[in-house]
Amino acid sequence: MNWRPTMFVLAAAFVAVFLEASVGFFRKVLGAQVDVLPALMVYAALTLGFTTIVLVAICGGLWFDSLSLNPLGASVLPLLLIGLLIYRSRELLLREHVFAQMVLGAAAGAAQPLGTLFILLNKGQTPLLGWLTLWQWLVMAAGAGLVTPVCFKLFDRLHRALEYQPVTQTSFRPDREIKRGRG
Amino acid sequence: MLKKSHYIILFFVVLLVVLLLQLPGAPMGKLKLAISGLFLPLFGLSNTTHQWFGQAMQGLAPRRELQRQIDQLRQDNEELKLRLAQDAQLEIENAHLRIQVGWAKQIRWRLKPARVIARDPANWWRSLEIDLGSHDGLRTNLAVLTPDGLVGRLQSVGEARSQVVLLGDPNLRVAAKVAGPGPANSETGIIAVNSSTPQEEGMIDLDLLSGASGVEPGQSVVTSGEGGVFPVGIPIGTIVDKRPKEYGLSTEARVKLAANLSGLEEVWVILP
Repeated sequence: MNWRPTMFVLAAAFVAVFLEASVGFFRKVLGAQVDVLPALMVYAALTLGFTTIVLVAICGGLWFDSLSLNPLGASVLPLLLIGLLIYRSRELLLREHVFAQMVLGAAAGAAQPLGTLFILLNKGQTPLLGWLTLWQWLVMAAGAGLVTPVCFKLFDRLHRALEYQPVTQTSFRPDREIKRGRG
Repeated sequence: MLKKSHYIILFFVVLLVVLLLQLPGAPMGKLKLAISGLFLPLFGLSNTTHQWFGQAMQGLAPRRELQRQIDQLRQDNEELKLRLAQDAQLEIENAHLRIQVGWAKQIRWRLKPARVIARDPANWWRSLEIDLGSHDGLRTNLAVLTPDGLVGRLQSVGEARSQVVLLGDPNLRVAAKVAGPGPANSETGIIAVNSSTPQEEGMIDLDLLSGASGVEPGQSVVTSGEGGVFPVGIPIGTIVDKRPKEYGLSTEARVKLAANLSGLEEVWVILP
């Protein structure tokens, strides 16, 4: 297995969680923080393997929860579930289409907070929920939808720049060359 | 598409998560601080960049503006010195009176400044991280404030960082009393999440006031000191309005926070 793409996605998840905790721009302007982890999970599930999905779910979820008042592990299972659902049907999904990437990202961005809240409420926690939660949920879904194509573009470009690209075989074969004229 | 080995891995991941979710508060807090310790280099880098940027901006500020700021600071300093001298007199007088009445001696707050390094990335909690920890003498449940008023309390303390749960978070309840002139002076209640708009930053509820409460808009609310977590007299905010609760058996007042929680950059921790 080539570990480099997995490392890139994990590094991106690490930086994304750090930025979500330290940059308050979206919180101030939109009243909600955008979560990038669902978008990264969509990329991992459509492009990389099972191991990467599990690692992104565990590492991303634990990093996120460690900086939050969430109980440790509350974000892991929703992320894992999203990744596995996409992974199971990735043969049917149009990976290359930007619109499909956006829809998948938005769906993942909408499902992830719902899953985490489901776990929190079942654990007897009382998160801050009100009418504004609906707006925050929409912002998170839309944010993840917009970030997902950017993730695809970024990682595909990184892959092209850093990975070994096999030389494409041409159909030209010297032994089959048709020599014209008088030989 | 999933193989048998995948199902085994999934089983162990789910088991790990269930075990983590069952961890009690203190070990979970320590584990969270250990994991979030991975972010320390990035926080350090961010802090250095912030300082460097601040210094660069200071270098760009015009001399006239700097001179104006220095004059303003000098004026403020002199005013504060005069107030301090006046307060010292009052303090001595207060101590004498306390001895005469037989009240316990008041202890001065020992404060330590801290820088806010991160905020809760989840939208449904109100918490932040500061750059002080047990190395600086901090322990859990210490009060955190700004010059404007109470901010929250320390939820978990690591070696070099601590997590602060803010006012307005469901995990923080503060015993408070109404202060200042008015009919309901010294009436006590509990500071809790704003029930009508829980996510509105800067608004909280003063709950469990008596049914015939005489609190009025404009009265200030301070910590009552009951419960032993927060020292008495830390400003919390100002009453905006009130409404009866539970068919008039109790009253709930909306309180506008004195401290601006959304713009916190530096806070003070009251040391034991």
